[in-house]
Amino acid sequence: MGIDKSPTATLGNAPAGYEGPGFFATSLDKAVGMARKNSIWPLPFATSCCGIEFMATMASHYDLGRFGSERLSFSPRQADLLMVMGTIAKKMGPILRQVYEQMAEPKWVLSMGACASSGGIFDTYSVLQGIDRIMPVDVYIPGCPPRPEQVIDGLMQIQKLVENESLRRRDSEEYKKLQEKYGLN
Amino acid sequence: MAEVKDIVQNKPVEKIYSTLNLGPTHPATHGIFQNILKMDGEIVMDAESTVGYIHRAFEKIAEHRPYNQITPLTDRLNYCSSPINNLGWHMTVEKLIKAEIPKRVQYLRIIIMELSRIADHLVCNSVIGVDTGAMTGFLYVFQYREKIYEIFEEICGARLTTNIGRIGGFERNWSPTVWKKLDEVLEVLPKGLREFENLLTRNRIFIDRVSGCGPISAEKALSYSFTGPNLRAAGVDYDVRVANPYSSYEEFDFKIPVGTTGDTYDRFMVREQEMWESISIIRQAIEKVKKEPADIFHGKVPEFYLPDKEDVYNKMEALIYHFKIVMGEMDVPVGEVYHAVEGGNGELGFYLVSDGGRNPYRLHFRRPCFIYYQAYPEMIKGGMLSDAILTMSSMNVIAGELDA
Amino acid sequence: MADVLNTLNEKLKTKFGSDILSAEQLFDFPVFTVKKEKILEIIKTLKEEEGFNFLTDLTGTHYPDNKGQELGVIYHLHDMPGNRRIRLKTYASLADPKVLSLTGLFPGANWMERETFDFYGVLFTGHPNLKRILNMDEMNYFPMRREYPMEDAKRDDKDNSMFGR
Repeated sequence: MGIDKSPTATLGNAPAGYEGPGFFATSLDKAVGMARKNSIWPLPFATSCCGIEFMATMASHYDLGRFGSERLSFSPRQADLLMVMGTIAKKMGPILRQVYEQMAEPKWVLSMGACASSGGIFDTYSVLQGIDRIMPVDVYIPGCPPRPEQVIDGLMQIQKLVENESLRRRDSEEYKKLQEKYGLN
Repeated sequence: MAEVKDIVQNKPVEKIYSTLNLGPTHPATHGIFQNILKMDGEIVMDAESTVGYIHRAFEKIAEHRPYNQITPLTDRLNYCSSPINNLGWHMTVEKLIKAEIPKRVQYLRIIIMELSRIADHLVCNSVIGVDTGAMTGFLYVFQYREKIYEIFEEICGARLTTNIGRIGGFERNWSPTVWKKLDEVLEVLPKGLREFENLLTRNRIFIDRVSGCGPISAEKALSYSFTGPNLRAAGVDYDVRVANPYSSYEEFDFKIPVGTTGDTYDRFMVREQEMWESISIIRQAIEKVKKEPADIFHGKVPEFYLPDKEDVYNKMEALIYHFKIVMGEMDVPVGEVYHAVEGGNGELGFYLVSDGGRNPYRLHFRRPCFIYYQAYPEMIKGGMLSDAILTMSSMNVIAGELDA
Repeated sequence: MADVLNTLNEKLKTKFGSDILSAEQLFDFPVFTVKKEKILEIIKTLKEEEGFNFLTDLTGTHYPDNKGQELGVIYHLHDMPGNRRIRLKTYASLADPKVLSLTGLFPGANWMERETFDFYGVLFTGHPNLKRILNMDEMNYFPMRREYPMEDAKRDDKDNSMFGR
C-alpha cells in the first residue's frame, strides 16, 4: 500500500491477483468490493445538528467527493449507505425504519453522533434511545456532533467493510438471523 | 381524471385536486417537516403542516438540570448559531441574579454573537442558492464559515455546539490567535461575501426565480408573531438589538435593513445586508475592546462563575466551589424573568421561573421558528410547488428550534 | 417602567375592576394576574385601545400545590411602537382546564396554544384545531405536568445501580 504522493488522486490500489501481459485475474469478490467501495451513494438522513456538520463535510473544505461519495442519493431505492444524523424521536422511528426497508441490498447503515447512536443527552420520553433498536447498524461515530474528520473516518470504516464483504454474506444464515432479530422480512 | 371523450365532446370537466405528501423526509426539504399539500396541477391550493418529528423535550429536561448544565441544551435549539443561544441563556440568568457584567465582556459577547449571525445567514442564503440550482454559492461561502468556526474552536474548543462562555463571562481570556484569526476573517469575509453577492443578487435568472415567491404582508407577519429577518423582509423594522438593547448594543451604530414585499428575494437581501452590518458591528466592537483593560473576561459573581480550572485541580476550596456550582447548590433568587435576544431567526426569548431551587421551576424557550412556521401554508397558497420549497428554505426553518 | 404598570393598572381596574387579581412589577415586566373568564376581553382591550398588537409568547405552567388553580397560562404582549412589554397570567383548575383561545385575535396563537395543550392539557375553547402538535397523537398524558418523569418510564436497559438509584 504506502502513501500515494502523486498529485493525481487514485481511487485505490488493485487487489491481489495474477497479472500478465494484457490480463489481470483476481477473485470476483475483490473486484466487486473495490468497485463498490469507491462509489458508495449515501442517503443523508439528517434531522438535526449533525446534519449541519455533514453539510460542512460535504462542502468544499472537507470534500466527501474524495471518497467517491459526493453523489447523495435522496431516494432510498438507489442508496447504498444510510447515514442517520441527528436525534431520532419516537415519532420519527417508523419513518426511518420504512426508509431502511426500502433500500435495496446490499445496504449499510452509519449512525452519526451521540443521539442516533444512543439517544445522547436526550434521555427523555420522546426520543428513541439509539437507532440500533429498530435497525442493524454497521458503524457508529461518537461525538455531539462529531467533527467532519470523524465523519470521514466513519465513512472510511464503512469503505473497509464494503471492500471486504463476501458476496455471499447477505445470503448467510447469520445475516438472516440478524434480520429476524429486527423483524425485517 | 377527465376522460378523453369528455374533452372531445366539450363536456365541462370536473376539477380534481390531488394530494401530495411532502415529507417528513424529502430531498428538497432541509430538516424534517411534513406538509400535506392539496394540489391543482402545479398550484398549491392548501397545505397542512405536521411538526414534532424531532421533539426532544428541552423544557422538561431543563426542569431537571442545574443552571450551568442548561447551556449545552440551548446549543441544540438553533444549531446554526449556537453561541447566540448560549449567551442569551447566560444573560437571562445574569438578569435573574442581577450580575454586573464588565463592558469588555459585553463587547466580546457581541463579537461572538455577530460572528454566529453571519454563520447562520451564510447557511440560509447559500441554501437558497442551492434550491434555485446554484450550488456554487454554497461551496464558495462554506469555506468562510469554516473560518468562523475556527475562531469558535479557538475560544471554546468546539465548532458547532459550542457551549461558549459561562454565567458571568468567559471561561478564559481570548488568546492572541483568536484576534489574529478574527482579523483574517474580517479581511477575507467581505471579499467572499461580495463574490457571493455578485453571483446571485444581480443575476437575472435568480431574481426572476425568487422575486414574488412566498410573499407575506407586514400586517399578516405581525399577526403571526413573526420576528427577525422574516419580519424585517416584510417591512417592519423590529430588531431586539435596538428595541430592547442587551449587552451594550445601544452603543453601536448599525442599520436595520428592511424589505418591502416579504418575498424570498427580500428575505435573501435582508440577510445579506445584515451580514454587512454584522461585519461593521464586529469592527466597532474590536475598537471598543481595545480601550478596555485587557485582562477582564468575566464579571465578579463568585457564587455563579466557575473558578479557574488551574485552581480547581490544585486547590481544595476551588474544587468545592466548582462542584457546588455545577451541581446547582448555589442560592438562586426566587423570581421570574423574560429575556430576549436577536437570534439568527428572530426574537429568541427565555422565560425563566425560579423557585430558589437548584433547577429552574419552569423554563420556556420562545422559539422564533416554531412561531413563524405556522404561517407557511398561508404563504405558499396559490403559488407553484417549486416556490413552496424555496419559501421554506428562505424562511430558514431549523428543525431543532422548531420542535424543541 | 413602573409608570407602565401604574397607567395600565389604572385603566384595567376602571374597566374590569375585580377581574384584575393582582398587578406587580417583576424585573422589567409589569405582570397582571387576571380571571380566566376575562382573559380574552382584557387582551382584546389591550390590543385595541393600548396598542399591544404583538403576541410575543404564550405558554403554560403547572403548580400542583396551588389547589384549584394548578394550571397557568402565561402571555407576553408587546406594544411595538411604544416599546412596552407586559406579561399576563391566568390560572385554571385541573378539573376544569378551560381557557379562552386567542386565535381570533392573533392567528399566531394557534400553534402556541396547541403546544400548551400538548404539554399541559389546557383546553383552549374556541381553538379551531386543538390537537397535539409535538408529541405523538397516541400519547395519553400531558408530559410537562410535574408528576410525570423526564425519562421514558418504559425503558428496561438501564441498570439502576449504575445510576446511583
